[in-house]
Amino acid sequence: MAEPLLEVRDLKVSFRTEDGIVRAVDGISFTVDEGEVVGIVGESGSGKSVTMMSVMRLITDPNVIYQGEILYKGRNLMQVSRDAMREVRGEEIAMIFQDPMTSLNPVYTVGWQIEEQLNEHYDLKKGQARRRASELLAQVGIPRPEQRIDDYPHQFSGGMRQRVMIALALSCNPDLLIADEPTTALDVTIQAQILELIKDLRRDFGSAVVLITHDLGVVADIADRILVMYAGRIVEEGNKEQIFYDPQHPYTWGLLGSIARLDRPKARRLTAIAGQPPSLINRPKGCSFRPRCPQAFDRCRAEDPQLTVKVGDGHLDACHLSVEDKRARRDATISPELADTA
Amino acid sequence: MSSQNGGPLLEAEHVFKYFPIKRGILIQREVAQVHAVDDVSLEVRRGETLGLVGESGCGKSTLGRCFVRLFPLTDGRIVFDGQDISKLSRRGMRPLRRELQIVFQDPYASLNPRKRVGSIVGAPLAIHGIGDRRERKRQVQELLEKVGLSPEHYNRFPHEFSGGQRQRIGVARALALRPKLVIADEPVSALDVSIQAQVINLLADLQEDFELTYVFIAHDLGVVRHVSDRIAVMYLGKIVELSPAEELYERPIMPYTEALLSAVPIPDPRESAGRERIVLEGDVPSPINPPSGCRFHPRCRYATEICSQLEPPLVDYGNGHLAACHHPLNVDKETLARATVDDRRTPAEADEAAKPTEPAQRAR
Repeated sequence: MAEPLLEVRDLKVSFRTEDGIVRAVDGISFTVDEGEVVGIVGESGSGKSVTMMSVMRLITDPNVIYQGEILYKGRNLMQVSRDAMREVRGEEIAMIFQDPMTSLNPVYTVGWQIEEQLNEHYDLKKGQARRRASELLAQVGIPRPEQRIDDYPHQFSGGMRQRVMIALALSCNPDLLIADEPTTALDVTIQAQILELIKDLRRDFGSAVVLITHDLGVVADIADRILVMYAGRIVEEGNKEQIFYDPQHPYTWGLLGSIARLDRPKARRLTAIAGQPPSLINRPKGCSFRPRCPQAFDRCRAEDPQLTVKVGDGHLDACHLSVEDKRARRDATISPELADTA
Repeated sequence: MSSQNGGPLLEAEHVFKYFPIKRGILIQREVAQVHAVDDVSLEVRRGETLGLVGESGCGKSTLGRCFVRLFPLTDGRIVFDGQDISKLSRRGMRPLRRELQIVFQDPYASLNPRKRVGSIVGAPLAIHGIGDRRERKRQVQELLEKVGLSPEHYNRFPHEFSGGQRQRIGVARALALRPKLVIADEPVSALDVSIQAQVINLLADLQEDFELTYVFIAHDLGVVRHVSDRIAVMYLGKIVELSPAEELYERPIMPYTEALLSAVPIPDPRESAGRERIVLEGDVPSPINPPSGCRFHPRCRYATEICSQLEPPLVDYGNGHLAACHHPLNVDKETLARATVDDRRTPAEADEAAKPTEPAQRAR
């Protein structure tokens, strides 16, 4: 097999704060292959954004401490100079953010912003950059691109702004697109449009995509492989079929059970995950998920579970329960009690 | 569902809410109007949860705010518990504020960052002069427990809480006065899925404990179906479909509802790959200058000529299932023949003679 496009090795990202050291990302390793769509799923504060921001080297906090390696096409991005990193961003790796309202500059037209990026990376004549910008807007489905190119961000709706962000991200044909909760701020109808667009773009451009979300429903359709993160670590990793049809970690079960599903009879109650994510300063002893886990037993308190293969090829999880126990208990969590069928 | 006093808890009759758009610096003149809510008639029954769904800008939040008279109506009547509240003055409204409460969408913006939780949740009690200090504190602590927080949180500030916890504080504040009707305006949209489930379960428990009636506003039909007894679908200021929750999901009549349903992601890759997804093109048109006829026609794949010319009336298809569409889906000829135009709820501008005659056919 060819070497992966992106390989993260034992990455740790911590922040020094007044209260102590916050271990936002606590030793995670994963790969992204060329043209692959990887979903990273977890609650707020699980470290999913910090991981990908680290890949982009976008964390400017002076109190950050990094450990580990980030290999992109074999090159360790942790040791690349700032100038070289500027070339990697945009041309090699591009990122779109959750909030399309604040990620564009409000005082420049969208055309100007796309042209700026093109001029930064390529040697283009003025007319060329503009023509390319307008093509990009057309590609992401913005109607009348020749006119809209001179509009300011506030003249676009939320969904359209997210399209502009995607056009901007695609402007230099990156090999890896990182989408950080690209649809969370949008209506479901617009979310469907944007996901459809990301799927098309992956088909047409062949870029790899890392999609960060808190909603497993969003990645069901689009991701090849899924990483489930909790408290700065990966707790389960597998391909789409494995995660959805044979999930191993009780946290994944909770995420699946929390969704109000339209494809199932109405549940009486949703399976919420009780409580909140733990403090990343004083991590609980043993398994981090133990305080919220209905399945926890003695060993979970004593021993930190490691992420290992237990059931099948490429399907890893970090849970002490035996595979038989998991399979026996899982359904009760994921499929909540059904409402009375009266 | 109890029905003492017989009638519905809240009744909206031909409610209009237009917002003026003004230009000019010193002398402001009105140049246009945003038709946020445009001739809506709807009732909320005692003890039920009425879901209100639609995309951003469809007027669902404005309608919710009209229900509790957060601003004056442009036209129409709102009857709460037998009393017309649409023309009441601020002072006249005050006693009713105890019965009508709102939970807002954004748990970050809806709590005053300088106040402690105790005074945020206790504010409604203080305003209405209920109990003395001691008594209020006791009630607030009890409420905090009810919504799954701890009484010790009384002296904390909002920034010390996560999004889900803040939303619990918002819920506690809304319940402080033991209201009859709670408008929940996108109460979970800003939260993680796992926390959404917590808040939804909490709202369901409280509904039982406090015998509440909810109007639940959201853009996600998955969540709305889970909580609602009946669902009203809004598009550009109009009700386009109203139905019992399960029926709406099994048998949507209006093509817009069909599209909304198909946009909800399904956490099942095989099923998700197999189903037809109707991706609506473009955004909701401007409510300043809404499209003629059926407002959904520019985005509808069943639309024909009539759709751009005549506004369809609200037709009652039986079992409390109403829809405004010239080309109804999931309806056979017999049902169509039996269906009648709902005179009371149909907007005045709609053509009452234009009852649909044919079930929908794919036009494009």
